[in-house]
Amino acid sequence: MSGTVLVVIEHDRGTLDEVSWQAIGLAQECSANAIHAVVIGDDAAQLAGLIPGVSTTHHARHDALSDYAPEAWGDVIAQLSSHIGATAIVATGTDRGNEVLAHAAAALDAVFVSNVVAYRPSTDTGPAELTRVRWGGSLLEHATVAPGFSIMSAAPHAFAAAETNNEYGQIVEFTPTLSDTAPRTRVADRITLASGITLQTAPVVVSGGRGVGSAEGFATLEALADLLGGAVGCSRVVTNQGWRPHSDQVGQTGKRVAPELYIACGISGAIQHWIGMQAAQRILAINLDKDAPMVTKGDYAVIGDLHEILPAIIAELQRRR
Amino acid sequence: MSDQPTTAKVVVIGAGIVGNSVVGHLAELGWRNIVQIDKGPLPNPGGSTGHASNFIFPVDHNKEMCALTADSQRQYIEMGVNTTCGGIEIARKPERLEEFRRRMTSAKSWGIDSRLLTAAEVKAMVPFINEEIILGGFYTPSVSCVDSLRAGTIFRERAMALEALIVVPNVEVEAIETVDGNVVAVVTDQGRIDCEYVVIACGVWSPRMAEMAGATIPLTPAVHQMIDVGPIPVLEATGNEIGYPIVRDMDTFCYERQSGGSMEVGSYAHRPIFMTADEIPSIKASRLSPTELPFTAEDFDQQLEEALELMPEILETAEMKYAINGLLSLTPDGFPLLGETVEVKKLWSAAAVWIKEGPGAGRMIAEWMTHGAPEIDPHQSDIARFYKYARNDHHVRERCAEHFNKTYGIVHPREQWASERGIRTAPYHARTEALGAFYFQAGGWERPHWYESNADLVEHYGIEEREHEWDARWWSPIQNAEHLHMREHVAMIDLAPFVVFDINGAGAFEYLQHLTVNSVDVTIGRSVYTPLLDVNGGFRSDLTIMRLGANAFRVVTGAFDGPRDAFWFRKHLPTDGSVVFTDNTSACATIGVWGPKARALVETLTHDDVSHVGLPYGSTKEVLFGSVAVRLFRISYVGELGFEIYVPMEHALHIWDAISAAGQAFDIRPVGAGVYGTTGRIEKGYRLMGAELESEYTPVEAGLARPKVKAADFIGKTAYLAAREAGPAAILCTLTVENQVSPRDGIKRYMTGSEPILTLDGERIVDSKGRPSYVTTAGAGPSVGKYLLLAYLPLELAVVGTDLKVMYMNELYPVKVAVAGSTPLFDPADERMKV
Amino acid sequence: MRILVCVKRVPAPGARIVLTNDSLAIDTKNLGFTTSPHEECAVEAAIQLVEQHGGEVTVMTLGAGEADEQLRYAISVGAHKAVLISNDALAAGTDADPIATARALTEAIADLEAGGGSFDLLLFGNESADSGGFQVGVRVARALGRPIVNGIKGIEIIGDSLTARRECVEGYEVYQLTMPAVLGVKEGINLPRYATLPGRLKSKKAEVLQRNTTTDAGAVDTTSLATPVEQTVNTIVLGHGPEAAVAVVDLLVELGLA
Repeated sequence: MSGTVLVVIEHDRGTLDEVSWQAIGLAQECSANAIHAVVIGDDAAQLAGLIPGVSTTHHARHDALSDYAPEAWGDVIAQLSSHIGATAIVATGTDRGNEVLAHAAAALDAVFVSNVVAYRPSTDTGPAELTRVRWGGSLLEHATVAPGFSIMSAAPHAFAAAETNNEYGQIVEFTPTLSDTAPRTRVADRITLASGITLQTAPVVVSGGRGVGSAEGFATLEALADLLGGAVGCSRVVTNQGWRPHSDQVGQTGKRVAPELYIACGISGAIQHWIGMQAAQRILAINLDKDAPMVTKGDYAVIGDLHEILPAIIAELQRRR
Repeated sequence: MSDQPTTAKVVVIGAGIVGNSVVGHLAELGWRNIVQIDKGPLPNPGGSTGHASNFIFPVDHNKEMCALTADSQRQYIEMGVNTTCGGIEIARKPERLEEFRRRMTSAKSWGIDSRLLTAAEVKAMVPFINEEIILGGFYTPSVSCVDSLRAGTIFRERAMALEALIVVPNVEVEAIETVDGNVVAVVTDQGRIDCEYVVIACGVWSPRMAEMAGATIPLTPAVHQMIDVGPIPVLEATGNEIGYPIVRDMDTFCYERQSGGSMEVGSYAHRPIFMTADEIPSIKASRLSPTELPFTAEDFDQQLEEALELMPEILETAEMKYAINGLLSLTPDGFPLLGETVEVKKLWSAAAVWIKEGPGAGRMIAEWMTHGAPEIDPHQSDIARFYKYARNDHHVRERCAEHFNKTYGIVHPREQWASERGIRTAPYHARTEALGAFYFQAGGWERPHWYESNADLVEHYGIEEREHEWDARWWSPIQNAEHLHMREHVAMIDLAPFVVFDINGAGAFEYLQHLTVNSVDVTIGRSVYTPLLDVNGGFRSDLTIMRLGANAFRVVTGAFDGPRDAFWFRKHLPTDGSVVFTDNTSACATIGVWGPKARALVETLTHDDVSHVGLPYGSTKEVLFGSVAVRLFRISYVGELGFEIYVPMEHALHIWDAISAAGQAFDIRPVGAGVYGTTGRIEKGYRLMGAELESEYTPVEAGLARPKVKAADFIGKTAYLAAREAGPAAILCTLTVENQVSPRDGIKRYMTGSEPILTLDGERIVDSKGRPSYVTTAGAGPSVGKYLLLAYLPLELAVVGTDLKVMYMNELYPVKVAVAGSTPLFDPADERMKV
Repeated sequence: MRILVCVKRVPAPGARIVLTNDSLAIDTKNLGFTTSPHEECAVEAAIQLVEQHGGEVTVMTLGAGEADEQLRYAISVGAHKAVLISNDALAAGTDADPIATARALTEAIADLEAGGGSFDLLLFGNESADSGGFQVGVRVARALGRPIVNGIKGIEIIGDSLTARRECVEGYEVYQLTMPAVLGVKEGINLPRYATLPGRLKSKKAEVLQRNTTTDAGAVDTTSLATPVEQTVNTIVLGHGPEAAVAVVDLLVELGLA
């Protein structure tokens, strides 16, 4: 692919989301002549100079871009792409990344391929080939893409952050033309949840599955989480049983967590769940079944009944204090 | 990191209720070095046990199934996993009420407390039922729910506590190896286990396991749909797993069973949906488990409507939280598949067992493997019962498709299958068909039960019709007329289904002596009728053996016993090749000719001497019928002068025609098995394997013990000698029904078998060994003018003239002991046969 | 108020997806089918909104004729009307490309609105469970000129004004939209109800409006499917039963977590 690839850099009110580097990694696979980045909104001003591995960073500014606004962001990306004659647009496949690329694709009436994990540009003899993940990561799709302009998101963690040698490109301002209605989907407000430790920030997640057996059974998990300054998570079965709220659910359709230690209690480790916690640095499985996937795929395991083991751990922790 | 041992005494494949029960009982009986494997995790490896509804209705018309269920329930109780909740079968249709009266009768026979309920009484016990659509109920207080997974764990724990068992879950069997027809090893993805025995107890997967060893376990995985509906406040309020009786909505083939705050609705009403073992998905490819397949809602809509109609109050607003097409095992005849496989020695099947029979089946298998015979008579569940034509997927599916919807159906005891008919016929089948034969199936053969061509005899002999439709079903007055004609003139009977084994070779005599109670040391050309016993001294078989040479014998047994007997004979063949066993059933047709004119008729067909001197009773010889050599055997199961004529299959049509033509001068009639198997037999008090004769009774009790015991050793001899020493606890008697008129509606009724014999006060009669008295055979005695019953009675009641009662359809009828022991009621001195 | 929910019929696989021999499709021989989970929640959200505010819920799908099952399921839990868009290619199992899907849905919505008045709210799932394209709802909203926000886990309606919540690290982002509007709903917004027995029986008799469409091949041509290789690790077993507690706490200390 010759030409220019435009990388969408994600940020939230001026705070950069480093997953965007993975999108630059995908851009580098595209054999482009040039890689450009775009940061959107006044509050991204200080980010424009911090984007490595690109020849140009466009800073899009407009009064309507005071906060995240998917429709407006999509318009910006589409206009900039046309403006610079980009041959491809990429972002990392986060909620926002996929959302704004879908908007840009709709605005440009272009193809959008989400969650790409491997890409090989077209050659003289064949079309571009790519692999993307489906079913939340449990299925790989190998496909060819018709030549021409393309929009892709990089599946999270599929591409290494770009090697950049701390080279930063020039900064160019871009002023899009936005309709009055473009900011109508801008974030209007935020609700901050009181809880100090969240599933996503906790260093330890104590998570329970079917093996916990009941809503009451989670009391021991909570006690252990409290002792460790951690949070309690659960599997989809647990949510469906009504034992825990969905906000505690870890997995493909729940939250994705990356704690230092993930303690999986009575969780077999179905793919649905694994997708949500595979980023944990270490996994400790507590399970009756020594052949449960969570045990065989985890770093550490204790085989036995969690209803006996958790109280013993709590007692041991308390003894040592 | 395999924990799988490399050797074992026995490998049990499967950790469902059956496999667990087998390992528990084997350990208890002293087995050690038991290895149990399963492809799934514990305690729920993903088979049918894991999704079973886990309830037990103890009443069954069938004695063996009732016994297995009773034993299982006793074991569940002992393990503390049985919750008694009671169960009500409800009737929506009038014929179901009649069926309930029949169930009351069976409950009485097998000693289970049950009672009939009015619709209002049902409502009182199950307040959310719509009593307006039901006619009444059949209530059994001892119906229970069990925790079959917990029971399985207890079985394993007990075996492990005895240091008898190693359990290896999550291994896949890849091969079962045999050498010279003996199982020698199980190979899994974790390696090889050398072993002496293998038990296949893996439910719906069992056929695949058997196939690996070159054996067959004829079952099909079939769908049983079930939904879980909730939450239901009135059920939640009980605070129990089960607080209301289980309701079986018999006429819609559905059940409603409380499970905590929800109601489980299950069905046997939907179309039969079968799979093969190979089609069952793997654990990982399954959404829930391999045996909980995606629910096909459209198959269940009818049942939803009916369930709503029955329990509108609680089912209107509850949600369907869980719905599955659960897999369970079905067999061609609905009975389990227990015992050593016929193809591979020491490879045992413990398959097609439901929760209600699981622990009992496990005990049966363990006893059988340990002692050579189980306590409960296993003949109906014996995997050896099938002919080859019945041991394949085609037959299994045809039959299962037919009986699946009869799971809650009203099945007449004489009811014949509609599928898989016409697959085994005699060479003269076209002749019997032309005579209007009404066929019953015997061992797969189409066997005439009566002939419409004999309809004229009904009027001639003044045979009365049966007024009640149930009693007249699968019956014809022609049978009685044929009977009387035979007694007066002569009859020819199609006995093609006879099972014929020829046993030859230098070791034949000793081999047979080892199997038979009565000595086969008879003159060449003579015969012996003998029981075969199991090691416990109970009946394994009864059959006739003709001695054709010093070491040449012909064994003849009944169509229903053929495969089991063939298995028994083959199992005991010496390994040195000194005995040659040949199953000549398919090579040899048999035609019976009996009646006062039988000899005169046969004399017109042969120049050989068939007189009482030339061919005495009990003897056999080959004679020429024209150019065709046939074997005459002077014997009778109907109490008349006559012969069994053994004919090579290719001559059978010709000989049938020859007898028929020559018979015209003697007013010969073809006569059906209704006479041969029932009326003629019962008048003579002849015993039938599987009815009077079974492993729970001895020859002493059946009246078949001879004055002396042969010197040679034989299987069961020790037990037999002990039984003779102890004397009988019960004696087989012939009873006459003194009044057949129903007290309720004044209609004359006719018992069919299995009904309880009661005291004059209507109390059950149980002998000192705990065995109840029940009707083993019921049938008309046209020549004695009475309706007859055979039943074992305790010694004190086994006295001629004793007045007792029989229950039929929940009513009592007076009966009288006519014969105690084996003396025939008709022609007690056998004068008609032995002239 | 009038709400339209677009749903997709997807297989319900187990822990491992099994592919057909040609590796071009999921082997669904032993699988049931379900409504893609986000959309199941969207149906529930629509029903709850109508229960609060009155109105009716229409469900629509594009797919093979068998997708009728998912439409009827939506009716069995409380939706009022159903529309099935299909054609021969879809009936043969071809998955429509997102652009074609969006076009067909847009056309259908325009026709339905021309006949019965505008929908106040269109709901989509955030992304389909099977193909995960993340774009059909956005394309439809854009084509209709209506605002859309994805990832919605809370909806509140007062008059014409709609407040939608979307999860973020610190809690929720709040969006204020004016109807008619479009939302991409995420699982977790509610716990979808199951069908009641009468609901199921009613759904059997419901009429499903049939529409035809053309769906051309998209720009992305699937050459094969594959399941990811499962990584094996050497799990360290710290022990069996409660006796392992000491080893567990040793580990927690070693990791600096206790």
